[in-house]
Amino acid sequence: MNDIADLYQELIIDHSSRPRNFRPIGNAASSAEGYNPLCGDKVKVYVQMVGDVVADASFQGDGCAISKASASLMTESIKGKTRAEVEKLFSEFHDLVTGAGDSHSGRLGKLAAFSGLREFPTRVKCGTLAWHTLRAALKHEPGVISTE
Amino acid sequence: MSAERKPVLDLDVSAARKDFPALHQEVHGKPLVYLDNAATTQKPTAVIDAIDRFYRLDCSNVHRGVHELSERATKAFEEARTSVKRFINARTEREIVFVRGTTEAINLVASSYGRSHLKAGDEILISALEHHSNIVPWQLLSDQIGTRLVVAPINDDGELMLEEFERRLGPNTALVAVAHVSNALGTVMPVQEIIRMAHARNVPVLIDGAQAVSHLRVDVRELGCDFYAFSGHKVFGPTGIGILYGREDLLDRMPPYQGGGDMIRSVTFEKTTYNELPYKFEAGTPHVAGAIGLGAALDYLSRLGIDRVTDYERGLLAYGTELLESIRGLRLIGTAREKAAVLSFVLEGIHPHDVGTVLDRLGIAVRTGHHCAQPVMARFGVPATTRASLAFYNTKAELDALADGIRQVQQWFKL
Repeated sequence: MNDIADLYQELIIDHSSRPRNFRPIGNAASSAEGYNPLCGDKVKVYVQMVGDVVADASFQGDGCAISKASASLMTESIKGKTRAEVEKLFSEFHDLVTGAGDSHSGRLGKLAAFSGLREFPTRVKCGTLAWHTLRAALKHEPGVISTE
Repeated sequence: MSAERKPVLDLDVSAARKDFPALHQEVHGKPLVYLDNAATTQKPTAVIDAIDRFYRLDCSNVHRGVHELSERATKAFEEARTSVKRFINARTEREIVFVRGTTEAINLVASSYGRSHLKAGDEILISALEHHSNIVPWQLLSDQIGTRLVVAPINDDGELMLEEFERRLGPNTALVAVAHVSNALGTVMPVQEIIRMAHARNVPVLIDGAQAVSHLRVDVRELGCDFYAFSGHKVFGPTGIGILYGREDLLDRMPPYQGGGDMIRSVTFEKTTYNELPYKFEAGTPHVAGAIGLGAALDYLSRLGIDRVTDYERGLLAYGTELLESIRGLRLIGTAREKAAVLSFVLEGIHPHDVGTVLDRLGIAVRTGHHCAQPVMARFGVPATTRASLAFYNTKAELDALADGIRQVQQWFKL
């Protein structure tokens, strides 16, 4: 059960039960919807840009602890970042949860709590759903982003 | 169903468990507790050996060669068909069509019977607890020829509302297609009454028996259904093989489903005449090993005694129901009076996906998700459930492990 402890760390349980930035942002914001048809997780991500910088980010939706905590921590960690910085953060986060890179860099901050996910390949999509949705919102891609 | 036929001897579960090699392994360092039988069942050595023997000794194509191996393969293949006929009490082997599974069986009926016997405006009546495979083929047909899908509702216990069903049986109803047992909830449908009501109006009935055959006695003549579909892998047989039972006079009037080898009597570029039943519906080389494996599975289940299985599982379900209901924050989804051994539930504040992941690390295999029955999930207002589905080889001790596991999940999430 050690890997369970690694997966469901305090921070993740906390953010899944009391998600931060769990609210819509008014009509000026870009948004996108994500859907994981395998488990029914749904997320809508909102971003408010000022110039090239994320001024505000939030989400709404329903899903498992991993997907909710991931969305919550993501919205916290991208505020004040430029598009390029968000993209870099996503890439590092993706490497972390898939076990692709050893780059356990300090830049991930709280997002490092998701390191246990690499032991649960079937759950990686839960962790990345909000991120894929965020990228769609930033690119103003229409339609619903699906993990499948 | 035939619950009153009390078996003479109780099922010897510990002996039966020895027949299933896969049950005796550790997963994540814990003894496997396999509770995902509605997804697929494990296979007894009788099935594994039958398939092994076919590939080691008898491997050949069927219905054509003059040589010894082809004769052996054909004999084993046709004996499997006889086993199926016997198991569901069909009148003749001509009523037993080998298909890939329940899904293909239903698609066969939708395509062949549907396009030849139904017309625009005709209604196909199903229930609200159908698996996607008994919804989508009818929607495809509706798109193609203009039939209409009509759905009879279920109540809060997950039972069919029979009067509502009857009310929807109207002058335009041309076919009824319902599950025998719900995969998501375990509800045993009142198929006898459904068939009686439909037949009183001359409406044929297809029964999706995918979740029924491993739990209760199925007698197609006693039921009087017109079609009955099931999969091999959910009744201890191989994947990729299934059965469409159809009344002979109906199958006779239906055009072939697919064209190819084996389904023809003679072919010229001008005209082809089709083979007799059931081969008319079996184009191409069939899944010979699968059919042989399925025959072995049904023979095994017959030796064990299906009534004995039903009886044992009823006790197991009652035990599990009481056990899970005692867990704070757990809500059972599907509480029909007539139920097969399925325990579908949600935990307050914890998503089924997280439940499934923690249980897996405890060696407990359950299914989490919508169980290919999204309308059922919508009916109960949940995105997904955790489903423990039992087979006769499961034990009370395994249900205790499940209940312990659920409590551990709650501890992880501090609820």
